[in-house]
Amino acid sequence: MKFLRILPLVLVIIFASCTSDNDDATVDELEGLTKFKEISNTTHTIELYKHMGGLEQGYNEIALKIKDNATSQYITNADVSWIPLMHMAMMTHSCPKSPVTKVSTEGSVYEGYIVFQMAQNTTEYWDLKIDYTINGTAYTVTSVIDVPASAKQRVTTFTGSDSVKYVVAYADPHHPKVGINDMVAGVWKMQDMMTFPVVDNYKLKIDPRMPSMGNHGSPNNVDLTQTVAGDLYNGKLSLTMTGLWKINLQLVNASGTVLKGETITDAVPASSIYFEIEF
Amino acid sequence: MKNFIRFIGSCLLFSIVVNAQEKPADTISSKDLKEVIVIGKKTQLYKKQAKPLATIDEYLQQSTKVDMIRRGSYAWEPMINGMTTERTLVTIDGMRVFGACTDKMDPITSYVEVSNLSEATIKSGQQGSCHGATIGGSIDLQRNRSGFSDLGWDTSMKTGFETNSQQKIIGSAINYAGKSFYVDTDFMFRDAGNYYDGNGNEVLFSQFRKFNISAISGVSLAENKLLEGFIIYDKATNVGYPALPMDVALAEALISSLKYEYVPKSSTIADWETKIYYNTITHKMDDTKRPSVPIHMDMPGWSNTFGFYSKAKGVLNNHHFIVDLNSFYNRSVAEMTMYPADSNEKLMFMDTWPDVKTFYSALFLEDNLALNSHSSLKFSGSLARHFNEVASQLGLESLQIFYPDMKGSQSRVLKSISSNYLFDENGFSYSFGLAYGERAPSVSEGYGFYLFNSFDRYDYIGNPGLHNENSVEGNVSIGYKIQKWSAKMSSSYFHVSNYIVGKPDANLVPMTIGANGVKIYKALDYATIFNADLNLEYQFWSDWRWKGQLVYSYGKDFEDKNLPFISPLRYSYSLNFKKENFSSGITIQGNAVQTQYSPFYGEDRTPSYAILNFDAGYFFDFEKVKCNVKAGIENVFDAYYSTFSDWNNIPRKGRNFFLNVAFGF
Repeated sequence: MKFLRILPLVLVIIFASCTSDNDDATVDELEGLTKFKEISNTTHTIELYKHMGGLEQGYNEIALKIKDNATSQYITNADVSWIPLMHMAMMTHSCPKSPVTKVSTEGSVYEGYIVFQMAQNTTEYWDLKIDYTINGTAYTVTSVIDVPASAKQRVTTFTGSDSVKYVVAYADPHHPKVGINDMVAGVWKMQDMMTFPVVDNYKLKIDPRMPSMGNHGSPNNVDLTQTVAGDLYNGKLSLTMTGLWKINLQLVNASGTVLKGETITDAVPASSIYFEIEF
Repeated sequence: MKNFIRFIGSCLLFSIVVNAQEKPADTISSKDLKEVIVIGKKTQLYKKQAKPLATIDEYLQQSTKVDMIRRGSYAWEPMINGMTTERTLVTIDGMRVFGACTDKMDPITSYVEVSNLSEATIKSGQQGSCHGATIGGSIDLQRNRSGFSDLGWDTSMKTGFETNSQQKIIGSAINYAGKSFYVDTDFMFRDAGNYYDGNGNEVLFSQFRKFNISAISGVSLAENKLLEGFIIYDKATNVGYPALPMDVALAEALISSLKYEYVPKSSTIADWETKIYYNTITHKMDDTKRPSVPIHMDMPGWSNTFGFYSKAKGVLNNHHFIVDLNSFYNRSVAEMTMYPADSNEKLMFMDTWPDVKTFYSALFLEDNLALNSHSSLKFSGSLARHFNEVASQLGLESLQIFYPDMKGSQSRVLKSISSNYLFDENGFSYSFGLAYGERAPSVSEGYGFYLFNSFDRYDYIGNPGLHNENSVEGNVSIGYKIQKWSAKMSSSYFHVSNYIVGKPDANLVPMTIGANGVKIYKALDYATIFNADLNLEYQFWSDWRWKGQLVYSYGKDFEDKNLPFISPLRYSYSLNFKKENFSSGITIQGNAVQTQYSPFYGEDRTPSYAILNFDAGYFFDFEKVKCNVKAGIENVFDAYYSTFSDWNNIPRKGRNFFLNVAFGF
């Protein structure tokens, strides 16, 4: 009977603690992200964040925050742009990237994507220049960034049958699952060394295969298409089991011509352009 | 549904006709249409068997209703009326047990031993629907129990040897019966190497090793109340399947039950039995011993079943009735892990049975109405609820690749109804019946994921949207028996609608290396199956007995294409001699050429065969020790043959000498 007397008290404590938890909850704009780099100049420190560790070759979603070195406060009203640059022996070039936008009006996180189509090596490296304006005053910061090669192929660069140089990169799912995945990828073309605009109205055909298991495929995949011009491409990726999948690609232009990539047959086990995922 | 209505119509018509003939009835004992294969009840009965320590598979094969699909020496899959596991019902003392192998390498019959069993009751079609939903019929394996018949201790030892596969058998039983308590225990161990076919070639990967231990114990709580517990532990290791690309490292079962039996005094209820049971099965396939596999894989499976039934038998005037309420819960899980040649790559994993939970409950009613001293009318019906749930999220999402709108659970109602008329007077008997039954798709048919069938070499994908399969059946039997002669012919016809089979889908790429394609389970409009068998027996010169069996089967789908595993004309003749303690027999069995084969399901034409078996035995009755010695030769002429039900045409055993010895104390 003693238990019955204590019970209401226990319940009150449980519910009280629940409500107090709820009161504290606010939207965390950095949820699931980790800081991988800080770049400073005399006035500010730029903190770079990313899902799952540092940058790597391929498509990278990057979040950043600007901290005022004097006040340690985060800036919420900056206009930000960025320029990634690859320094090679004979030349310098950029890569596909998005504008940098604010995640929410109240918050202090800015975000965008950069597609590093190649990895650094012993003599060649990437740096990132961030330009930002706060209340009409322009600032800039530049730093070498670490872009190692990805373990699996996530980006491919090629010249299509129309003699245009394209960059195609895998964006999502970050964590593939057995089942139907919403797949996201991007298609850009190289206009010049510094300009890589999004290609609109093409189609990215996919044929996922398992080379280690007789190169079998999966059914009911949906080729990637664009819903809004300027956006990434969306489709459905079916994965029937865990392991290493090779997603064979074909890039098709608006008039239905295959610009690059091959249909998989017994004689052609893999396309010349592909992504790899392993889980 | 159309079939059901058509059936109800004919049932009504049938009962009117029968009622018009009704005469004042006497009370007589009820008769049942069933076939009983005696396996061995205590030591004394071993005398009657040609090979007492034969496997359960070899025993079941004697029935004209049963064929066995053979993938090796071990664990044959029983078919009833030409229908395989999905369409039939195999129970152990009324308990539902489900195999844990996606490739049907472990039918229920592989988890028991002959030493556990007294007999197998085979019922055709809806006659067998008491313990669950079936289309083809049922086999109930009855446990061996001494009860309170012979008080005191009873011990026996059994041992056997077979030359062809070097099979060694050893077993023992210790039984005790007191006034209000009994306990039976038995143990059996078999170890066999590869066997040799009729051409003297070794059939690689046909070895097996198995041991089985069981106990059953009853306590009489009062004069008319009995509580009985029972347990079987069965473990097979290193089992080869020469017809399949994989073997089995472990097949393990624990089967247990607790029964309460009540015999009310002076009541309409004659016997009331309630049982709760639990069984668990672990099955692990193994490809590590095969010389070359395209990719190494692990394929374990698990099946757990809880269940109960409560069955009352009673007599009310000239009605002999049975009421049976039964229910079970089963959980079937199977998975597949493939090991890439490059060990740095991640393992390939999938759910092949995605943690499928089945909850089934049914009410079964039967009334056997004695019309007069020589005719009776039997009605039975059951109504069941069948519920499936896919509990593995990974498995559900895997299947949703094929069926994006698929839900995680599904509920069905299964109906069964049957009626039979039996007549028996002065040795002349006949019976006819009509029935309707339904079944739910099996776990593989509903939820299997890339299950490779090495017979037609297709990967199979389950289909959760399948409707119930239903069957309208008719059966007729006619028999005549005088002192020395007996003859019985019986036949059954099944019209199975929504007949579930795998249909190839050319758009899909198979997962298994070397497979021909992918088949998805679909329902055919209908299929028809017909079976007829003739049993003859003639007793002459008091010591001699001749027996003959002839079976004809037919199975076509709605497009007139042959169904798989339909037996060609098969026959068996035996001549037995028994005088005092000596017995001997010669058996000839064979099949005609299989002309009605089905290339679509991977079958080819199987030539005819005939083999001759011989056995002889002597029963020594010493003062305190009884000893039964049986020896014989199977396939005396060392014929090379394979039958229609041998998976991928693997040859059967060549000549085999056997010796079985049993001691009773």
